[in-house]
Amino acid sequence: MSDLPKSDELFAGLDHKPQKKDWMDTPVNIRKGMYCYSANPASMETLGAPFARKWNPLEEDWKLPENWQEIIHNGFRERLDRFRTFKVFMDICVRCGACADKCHFFIGTGDPKNMPVLRAELLRSVYRNDFTTFGKLLGRVAGARPMTLDVLKEWWYYMFQCSECRRCSVFCPYGIDTAEITIMGRELLNLLGLNIDWIATPVSNCYKTGNHLGIQPHAFKDMLDFFVEDIEDITGVNTEPQYNKKGADILFITPSGDVFADPGTYTCMGYLILFKYLKDKYGLDVTWSTYASEGGNFGFFTSHETMKRLNAKMYAEAKRLGVKWILGGECGHMWRVISQYMNTLNGPADFLEEPVSPITGTKFENAKSTKMVHISEFTADLIRHGKLELDPARNDNLKVTFHDSCNPARGMGMFDEPRYVIQNTCNHFYEMPANTIRENTFCCGSGSGLNAGEDMELRMCGGLPRANAVKHVRDKFGVNMLACVCAIDRAAFPDLMNYWVPGVDVTGVTELVGNALILPGEKERDTDLRGEALPGMEEDDAE
Amino acid sequence: MNVKYMFSFMAVILLFLLAYAGVEAAGLQVVFGIIIPYTALAVFIMGFICRIMCWASSPVPFRIPTTCGQQKSLPWIKQSKLDCPDTNGGVVLRMILEVVFFRSLFRNLKLRVKEGGKFYYGLEIFLWVGALAFHYAFFTVALRHLRFFTEPVPFFIKILEQLDGFFQFGLPIVYLSGIVLLAAALYLCLRRMLSPQVNYISLAADYFPLFLIIGIALTGILMRYFAKTDVVAVKELTMGLATFHPTIPQGIGGLFYVHLFFVSVLLMYFPFSKLMHMGGVFLSPTRNMPCNTRAERHVNPWNYPVEVHSYEEYEDHFRELMIEAGLPVEKKE
Ligand code: SF4
Ligand code: SF4
Repeated sequence: MSDLPKSDELFAGLDHKPQKKDWMDTPVNIRKGMYCYSANPASMETLGAPFARKWNPLEEDWKLPENWQEIIHNGFRERLDRFRTFKVFMDICVRCGACADKCHFFIGTGDPKNMPVLRAELLRSVYRNDFTTFGKLLGRVAGARPMTLDVLKEWWYYMFQCSECRRCSVFCPYGIDTAEITIMGRELLNLLGLNIDWIATPVSNCYKTGNHLGIQPHAFKDMLDFFVEDIEDITGVNTEPQYNKKGADILFITPSGDVFADPGTYTCMGYLILFKYLKDKYGLDVTWSTYASEGGNFGFFTSHETMKRLNAKMYAEAKRLGVKWILGGECGHMWRVISQYMNTLNGPADFLEEPVSPITGTKFENAKSTKMVHISEFTADLIRHGKLELDPARNDNLKVTFHDSCNPARGMGMFDEPRYVIQNTCNHFYEMPANTIRENTFCCGSGSGLNAGEDMELRMCGGLPRANAVKHVRDKFGVNMLACVCAIDRAAFPDLMNYWVPGVDVTGVTELVGNALILPGEKERDTDLRGEALPGMEEDDAE
Repeated sequence: MNVKYMFSFMAVILLFLLAYAGVEAAGLQVVFGIIIPYTALAVFIMGFICRIMCWASSPVPFRIPTTCGQQKSLPWIKQSKLDCPDTNGGVVLRMILEVVFFRSLFRNLKLRVKEGGKFYYGLEIFLWVGALAFHYAFFTVALRHLRFFTEPVPFFIKILEQLDGFFQFGLPIVYLSGIVLLAAALYLCLRRMLSPQVNYISLAADYFPLFLIIGIALTGILMRYFAKTDVVAVKELTMGLATFHPTIPQGIGGLFYVHLFFVSVLLMYFPFSKLMHMGGVFLSPTRNMPCNTRAERHVNPWNYPVEVHSYEEYEDHFRELMIEAGLPVEKKE
């Protein structure tokens, strides 16, 4: 991305003071670097999405259907009738501004329409015009405006500058969740075929091949085989996993990003090592699936229906294989979907058993209905019961900090489990400032399907608050490793760190486990999973 | 000059003139003293109920509480019971904190950009203090006014008045709540005008109720401390309203009718405006639902079947490749 401004210039240009002109009189300026390309029509057709066509956001003509206003109006009404959240959130905002400076996109761009309240007002203004008495009577004075092409473009631009992270909803006195409004906004845009390609193509791939990246079954196995070889080189142990195995105890599902690209691949190696260890020591029977080879769900960024269509595979595959319960890998929005939607959408999962760790006997009471457990919950329980033989010194080169991914944080409430795992696998752990972690955590800036290449400037802006907090601990404690439990984080952070905080690498939590875990019969390791010399092994290297 | 607050300001001035002239010049006491107050009350009650019913008529298809603390998971991990409650009792506590103490507003962190390129998020409690002061003062003032609608005046109102007038500056006793209400409303108003971000997001509909409430407080304070008002006559009128035997006693000045008219307008405006946050806060699904989403299944009343890509279709598509790669298949052919 050669057009990307230098980081210090971008920072110096930041201004959080809105201009004088009223926001309704400020037309949208769709700027290169801040938006994602429009959806490839072929991808949209896979799921039969309406109005699949080629269109360019920069062009005047978006090739909309003739009755597009009517479609939006009816779609709006339908969603008001279906979602109390939407109706209530349209009505009760008092514009107190408490949420205004909570959004990482506002902090990083200074664009006032990225204040959560204004993002919501983009829709609310049309809602007032179409559905409220005062809006109909008084128009602009009541904050109402009719749906025009410019408004539609503004919606599109700003609905895809929200990563649905829910940080704003923590601070709103009425719990107004702008992510929910963005979700509705995107559904409405999808009624007109206005999706972005970075979402539509993964959705199409996932539908057909089982994962976002379109990895076909044999290739999926090849990729894992490749990790198995690497692990064998490092540890001398063969960690060959099982695939699509009927009658296994547990089905394991993780985002395909971990299979595909560094540094997620090392997290994937961590899973393989952990499962091998548990198999040899305790006879744990885990299977991977090539059909349900995607934990993530970009359908969630499209519409509730698309989310359901993609998510259905998890339970379907668990049922087909006859496993007892499902274990989920490290992913952010995947866990929002599992935690708050899956059981409602595709449950009840009465063909599964209430999850119990076969090794420690712990009942995962909190997952007893959905029947899906997070790998960090599972691992934390194992460590707590002393079931893992760990050598944290193998991670001694790392000074680790932990990024709470938005969805596990604010859509699930998982904070201490991954921290417990990190603290037991690493000796050097430092928290970022309290106002930037846990429920206050900042998004990576690339969530909700925005981690494309063409919107790099947007991503760097959105990730600024997170990077800024990492910089703080890098400068103060020498932190050199940013741990997270999210595949999008792992894909997005390396670029973000390079841009704002060079010298900080990115890891999944299970990679740290993979490094520290002592496999039965392993040879003495001299490198970590990345092939970098372990502490104390450096001289051997030099010889 | 900002058109938004000028518009609201003019509207309130207009309302003032309407009532004042209506009573003083046109002698429309019956309209402003009886008809409008009754209408306002009816509109308020009906409107409020309709609005709540309208919200309630939309289902809550998904359980999506915002988890603002550690979930209940492994027994040795301490759950954050207030910010991530998994039981109905916990939710009630969370809602009480929200409704009574404005907990989320209390979290407010203000962004500051420090030198050396560092962001800093500092606690910002002024909005919280202002909002609390405003709402509690309003509540107290409203309760205190029950003395005009009850005979004999219940003891708790008398106690409230005593507490409210605790800081005695002279005669008549100065009620703290009225002063705080005015000050808080002014603060919220100034904040809206002067803070660039809040100003930018504000609508005329945000200034109007503030001006109206400032008008109510001002007319009230004027009547109590400055302009002579015949309290006995006023009580006769209000008791008439309360007992459904409305009368218009002699000797009540225009100021009182303005005050009453402002209150009536506020009541009528209420159900159609953002003031409905009073009811809405109880219905917000991100706060009023237990965070037990994996432990209990939530049912969506309109959940409908969708087309999915089944395993059979998948295997049909990839069978050969799967067999070649040694992956198990259902049908080997
Ligand atoms: S914090 Fe809530 S009520 Fe206040 S402006 Fe934001 S969305 Fe509206
Ligand atoms: S959900 Fe996150 S990205 Fe979206 S408006 Fe709120 S804070 Fe910003």
